[in-house]
Amino acid sequence: MGMNTEYLKELGIIKGDEMILNMGPQHPSTHGVLRLKIHTDGEIISYIEPHLGYLHRCFEKHCENLSYEQCIPYTDRCDYLAAMHMNHGFVMGVEKLMGIELPERVEYIRIIIAELQRIASHLMAVGTFGLDVGGITPFTWCFRDRERVLDLFEYLCGARLLYNYMWVGGVSHDLPKDFIKRTTEFLDYFETQIPEYNQILTGNKIFIERTADVGVIPADVALNYGLTGPNLRASGHSYDLRKEEPYSIYDRFDFDVVVGEGTHGTLGDCWDRYYVRILEMYESIKIIRQAMADIPNGDVHEAIPKKVKPLKGDIYTRYESARGELGFYIKSNGKNIPSRVKMRSPAFASLSALNEMAEGWMMSDVITILGSLDIVLGEIDR
Amino acid sequence: MTSVNNLFEFIKGIAPIEDTAIIWVIAVAIPALIVFLVMAVNALIAVYFERKVSAFMQDRLGPMEVGIFGFKGGRKFWGGIGQTLADAIKLLTKEDIIPADADRKVMIFAPFFIFLAPFLTFIALPLYENVIVSNFNIGILYILAVSSVGVIGVILAGWASNNKWSVYGAMRAAAQMISYEIPIALSLMLAIIVVGSLQINDIVQWQADNRWFILHSPFAFIAFFIYFVSVVAETNRTPFDIPEAESELVAGWMTEFSGFRWALFFLSEYANMLIVSVVATMVFLGGWLSPFEIVNMPGFDLPQPFLAFFTNSVTGPMWVLLKVSFLIFVMMWFRWTFPRLRVDQLMYLCWKVFIPFALANVVFVSIWELIF
Repeated sequence: MGMNTEYLKELGIIKGDEMILNMGPQHPSTHGVLRLKIHTDGEIISYIEPHLGYLHRCFEKHCENLSYEQCIPYTDRCDYLAAMHMNHGFVMGVEKLMGIELPERVEYIRIIIAELQRIASHLMAVGTFGLDVGGITPFTWCFRDRERVLDLFEYLCGARLLYNYMWVGGVSHDLPKDFIKRTTEFLDYFETQIPEYNQILTGNKIFIERTADVGVIPADVALNYGLTGPNLRASGHSYDLRKEEPYSIYDRFDFDVVVGEGTHGTLGDCWDRYYVRILEMYESIKIIRQAMADIPNGDVHEAIPKKVKPLKGDIYTRYESARGELGFYIKSNGKNIPSRVKMRSPAFASLSALNEMAEGWMMSDVITILGSLDIVLGEIDR
Repeated sequence: MTSVNNLFEFIKGIAPIEDTAIIWVIAVAIPALIVFLVMAVNALIAVYFERKVSAFMQDRLGPMEVGIFGFKGGRKFWGGIGQTLADAIKLLTKEDIIPADADRKVMIFAPFFIFLAPFLTFIALPLYENVIVSNFNIGILYILAVSSVGVIGVILAGWASNNKWSVYGAMRAAAQMISYEIPIALSLMLAIIVVGSLQINDIVQWQADNRWFILHSPFAFIAFFIYFVSVVAETNRTPFDIPEAESELVAGWMTEFSGFRWALFFLSEYANMLIVSVVATMVFLGGWLSPFEIVNMPGFDLPQPFLAFFTNSVTGPMWVLLKVSFLIFVMMWFRWTFPRLRVDQLMYLCWKVFIPFALANVVFVSIWELIF
């Protein structure tokens, strides 16, 4: 330990009494196998360098050797907390490339499922954020309710985490018999649960002390770092792809884009990032209710092509996943295998802003800020 | 358990041993063994209680599988009654890992140092009027002094592990435990000023003659809450568990310890909880007095046989146990409800909120005593 520190000091990498602290890859609060190299003088952080790649599984390279249908399960495994969003984003790209017109029912089902998935993912974000700041009970409460969403998905397609549900041109299963009824029941129940999270966490004095004014990122800096989704909206910048560039049939629904307001401190702090997610769950409920009210009948397998073989060309699709703007660049050379797939990971961009936010804060705040960004390492490393 | 002197006389009376030194050893060993048993049983019960309380708060069942001697309660509260016992046996049989670069001697020694503090504190801790190992006249001072010995063990444990996270935890723990000693001592000082004795028996006697100390004056009321919050910090429990903050420091200074050594940490933690709750009960909540004697005022008297029924040598310890259990439950309630404070906020709370208030309390209670 001593020799190494001296050497690093000589090289000018660390200054004064600083030391280098490794957080991860095996650490309870790095939300996966992330390694943070922290330059620190006691509790105060001077520099953070995230080291990635511990969960790299060559998703993009794999896609170059698999047919389009076979790529979909791989997208599941990128963002395993919002697998439906990954499915949806990818198949949307392929459909656009092939020019497939989807049946109305498929679009509605996809919206319902995607918004349920957003609730599940935000519950995970809120719960683990509570855990990061030290509250264990909110975590189990959020998981209890997330479990009900997963139960719905299990009822829908048999899988609880990695669904492979959305196919090119359709979905794997039509909604089961009671699905709408069960979902309505869940939403009725869930709407009464959100105030409970607010009671135990949102309004808690200690929680506000820990998160307000911590890890502030102003909107312009956030834009420069490429932050999207709830993290950007928490900085007060209203930008939601569902509104800006309504893909699928999002233009038919009435919902608001939630932006941070700096209620307990500066705009764009950890508390805002947390609370934007809470409020977005309400918006998701709104969308699901509307979609379930006017879902048409139809065959969900109708538009599934016999052979997924797009013409030569390329496409870039953007999708508002639970973590932000998810992009898929898909290049086809006329075969049934994509010639190149590139994913734009929202959490990767969020993580890149970590140093900007955490510099000068304390050890505990690094965990808080990292938790508020809601990263998923599967998606960052791909 | 009476004082060691009485035990010495008792053994001398019945045992055919000439050598007084041997009798002394026996007279000291018996209470030591009992104290150890109390600590062990306390940890077993408190851990089980804590797991069940947390399960209750989190919509879970908690331990449900392990029975004891074939006794399983099914889906009742006592469903997994044998769980902590099984855990304890598991811990005792686990491999004792000492990292290669650790300071071996210190690492072996540190857990015993931490264990020593609550162990010695029990000497002056009464559970009933005379149920005490040694009833000497500086009771509270001794408890305050000895219970802070554990800090040295924490620093040793953190330093010896040769792990940066452990050092973080140890330094945080040291800063926290030393800081929070002060509001604790200042809060207990109120009782000492009023009663004029450091002996816990005298303090409870004062409460029997007058009223529970928490109702002595508004200042004593505030002092109780300062004391209680401070002891939660002193015992490193949420929301003040920053030394072992599991989401930040993995397990703080305990990270590199395993098996029996780690079990000692656990034993000490729960013993500390018991100690601070017993002190709070004795000093502020009327000790072994029943709730019917909460105030003792002329014209407010309950009939004597009624009182005697509720405060005697049988129900007295029960009241102590009930009050202590309630305080421990509140500590658990804190733990499973609150997020954790940050280091600087913790220090702010201690030095800028509690200590000024506690000091003001001492001054005002002195004035109160002059007036009334």
